Amino acid sequence: MSTDEKANEVSAEAADPQAITPSSKTAGSDSDTENGAGIPIVLFFVLGLIASLILGWVIFPQVLYSQKRQPVDFNHVLHEEEVDDSCDSCHFFREDGTFSGVPKLTQCIDCHEEVNGEDPEEEKFVNEYVVKGREVPWLIYSRQPQSVFFSHAAHVKMGQMECVTCHGHIGESESLKVYEENRISGYSRDIWGRNMAGFKRNSWDRMKMDDCAECHVRENVNQNSVQTLKGGCFVCHK
Amino acid sequence: MKVDRRSFLAFIIGGAAGTALTPLPWKLTDDFAIWSQNWPWTPVPEKGATSDVTSACTLCPGGCGISVKKAAERVIKIAGLQGHPVNDGGLCILGAAGAQLLYSPTRIQAPAKKVNGRWQKISWEEAIKELAVKLKELRAKGSAHTVACVAGSDRGTVPELLNRFLTVYGSPNFFRTPSIWDSYELALYLTQGTRSLVGFDIENADFVLSFGSGLIEGWGSPGYMLRAKAMLRENGGRMDQVEARLSKTAAKSDHWIAINPGTEGALAFGLAHVIIKDKLYNQNFVDGYATGLSARYQRIIGGFPPEIVSKMTGISSGTIVALAKDFAHARKPLAICGQGQGHLPGSLLEFLAVHTLNALVGNINRPGGVWAVPEPDYIDWPDLEMDGVASEGMQQPRLDGAGSYRYPNARYLLHRLPQVINASAESPVQVLFVAGANPGYSLPDTESVKKAFEKIPFVVSFSSYMDETTELADMVLPNHVFLERYEDIPAAAGFPKPIIGLTQPAIEPLYNTQHTGDVVIQLAKALGHTIGAAFPWEDYVTCLEETLGDKWDTLVEEGYWVDAGFSGTDWAKAFETDSAKFEFSNNEINMLAGYSPLKLEGDEILYPLTLVPYDTMRLASGFMGSPPFLIKALEDTILQGNEVLVELNPETAKQLGLAQGRAVNLTTLKGSARVKVHLSNGIMPGLVALPRGLGHTAYDRFLAGRGVNYNRLSSAIEDPASGHNAAWGMRAKLSKA
Repeated sequence: MSTDEKANEVSAEAADPQAITPSSKTAGSDSDTENGAGIPIVLFFVLGLIASLILGWVIFPQVLYSQKRQPVDFNHVLHEEEVDDSCDSCHFFREDGTFSGVPKLTQCIDCHEEVNGEDPEEEKFVNEYVVKGREVPWLIYSRQPQSVFFSHAAHVKMGQMECVTCHGHIGESESLKVYEENRISGYSRDIWGRNMAGFKRNSWDRMKMDDCAECHVRENVNQNSVQTLKGGCFVCHK
Repeated sequence: MKVDRRSFLAFIIGGAAGTALTPLPWKLTDDFAIWSQNWPWTPVPEKGATSDVTSACTLCPGGCGISVKKAAERVIKIAGLQGHPVNDGGLCILGAAGAQLLYSPTRIQAPAKKVNGRWQKISWEEAIKELAVKLKELRAKGSAHTVACVAGSDRGTVPELLNRFLTVYGSPNFFRTPSIWDSYELALYLTQGTRSLVGFDIENADFVLSFGSGLIEGWGSPGYMLRAKAMLRENGGRMDQVEARLSKTAAKSDHWIAINPGTEGALAFGLAHVIIKDKLYNQNFVDGYATGLSARYQRIIGGFPPEIVSKMTGISSGTIVALAKDFAHARKPLAICGQGQGHLPGSLLEFLAVHTLNALVGNINRPGGVWAVPEPDYIDWPDLEMDGVASEGMQQPRLDGAGSYRYPNARYLLHRLPQVINASAESPVQVLFVAGANPGYSLPDTESVKKAFEKIPFVVSFSSYMDETTELADMVLPNHVFLERYEDIPAAAGFPKPIIGLTQPAIEPLYNTQHTGDVVIQLAKALGHTIGAAFPWEDYVTCLEETLGDKWDTLVEEGYWVDAGFSGTDWAKAFETDSAKFEFSNNEINMLAGYSPLKLEGDEILYPLTLVPYDTMRLASGFMGSPPFLIKALEDTILQGNEVLVELNPETAKQLGLAQGRAVNLTTLKGSARVKVHLSNGIMPGLVALPRGLGHTAYDRFLAGRGVNYNRLSSAIEDPASGHNAAWGMRAKLSKA
């Protein structure tokens, strides 16, 4: 019999109301600790600890995010070779200074009015969307919550920032990664970052408020909203 | 090994400690915070490229140019069009709220017909086929004249298409909804011999004398009037308001002349009396270009010396004389009339009297005066080929009697239609079309209108909304909303120059709706023969483009076409009367009944008070229901919750023992309604003022059931001179609720 089993036996005895008289109950309880019966208690504590750690670190992230594929796979490398103006060719600023974001069908149609190559993804794109005149419901990794005001012009034109600083190397990808959607908030996992603990190695690993603030403080940017002239929260939350 | 309470607790504590070491609680907190700040059901503006579409507003006859801003394919803002001759960037609250009408939940999304009292969706093909069969049957029975149409206007391609359809089908029963323009056009016709529009060069006047017109409350074209009034003030011009209530226009005027309501015409005659007596009139005009002044003076004006007018109007003789002198001595005086926003045709004699004032000072077709603006003439369609049935039908008298021996001058008397229908055993109207109008709400005595509409076997509504009239209809053929369609705007109400606006679609139609013009063309084609042949166009847009001809390109690009050089026809050529002069008096004018203030309906002892309606810019009171923005913007002296407030003089309130905010029953011969009392020194004792535009029973939850519809409590009283409705109020009583 191992020490554990012995301990359990004692513990079981102590727990059995038939085995002890009412008078001995208090004394018995006291002697449990003395007899080393704390070990199973610790064991349960440890079990709970381990179970919760597994739940929190392994199961929870899997449950929290649903895995979604983009409607059409897109090869940034291939397109980068075909266009003249790098990212700006498709992700451009409009005349009024607003940013176009993900291209609309009208831009894609310039080249993809018909199927050009043999890629089944291109065929799907043309048949399902171009021919039917439907916009592709792209899933946007970097979409911020509606309560956030963000201006690309302020960052790219004024701040001279590179796309890669926030968006990472997506422009060098040959296929689109799985979009992990937060089941509660509905936004992409890329906002919180892949690392559940919130650690980051690259500037593009996370896009939470602290990450914005970190850079805004470091670069000592205008601490007041351009629109409302108010400071603090109002820079990003109008 | 047994699991007891202690080990279970240890497990839980361990779990809790472990959980605290995982991202779970912190992440969940964060996610719920984001979720709660961005409720997924909260509508957010669409993202996308913004663009502007140049168009024109159709929500009232104002003819304002608009610039519709879109983000991607969603309309997000409507602003006044910069540089537009009418509104130059300005816009009223209704126009600015137009996007809410586009995305309104009460829009009718597909054609439908009523089966056993319930709406049932049908296809457009079925609807047009069913309607064509019905119309063919009526025609075959020789009852073509029993088809009638109520439209918001009789100008522009859509009303003209409807009218053309009726004519070639064989019915004279086309109706335009009543307004002050009925009386204004008639006053011009009788004195100047022209069928023209009436324009007011307010911006260049130096003294505007308004007989109750809500110059800044939606009278004429709100976009133009607001701008013109601002320019009048900038130029140092004077503005006097004659009105029984301190309206916003009165409050913004130099003088508010409180008058006994309904006696405005007497005051105008009184002023004319002073001007003629003291020979203050423009001799050049009166002697050289006008005739019949002395006859007119003898016949009517002479009976209105200041002392008598003072008794009728409650204005002192001194004020009357001084006002007449100031008016006559001003360089460019302009008198205008028509109550509030001008929904009521009013007394023809009053309009004639006011027009006489303008003629006396020679301010006709002159800068700062009243202008006869030529009717738009761009609609020049091929002549109709009328078959026997059509000719026979057109020989039938109009149901409302307009143009008959009894009402020789009136063109349309819509308020008489329900009376005629209710007085007949079988409805003389078998099929009724309603387009751009909501008579079920806007005609006086709405209960009797409802009764009449229920008696009509088949009512077809072209409304985009489930409004009061559409609720009474048997078939609805929903039109596109103005932001989804092309349409010409043939004029701007009260604007002094010929102008055409073009409404252009900002977005593709959201629902399965069709342009009323297209429906008429298709219906005509389904009927075939001479009727189909009268509509040679493939569709409405082709018809519109062909009709506008060389103006089309300008209209598409600029949104409007204006005859900018028009500055009023010269006196020598302006008048098409027998004498080729302005006629203060002629046989037709002499045939009219004399002037006496109208006696309102209701016994003076049983109904000791007088209910008067008033207009506010913040309520749409025409055929369109107010969108939610307007209700939000209403001050709480008009609406509190669902209850409307009536204005009451503190003196009258004291006599009745009523305090501010007291709930009371407002009763007239036509019905009763619960209202609240709002004490105001700006209303004459003995009057109860109720805003127009509330008390809808249809539309959405933002509008329906709020306040009281003035029209429900009122009834029409025929103007003895024209036959139009001249009832400016209703006898009423208040009792504690």
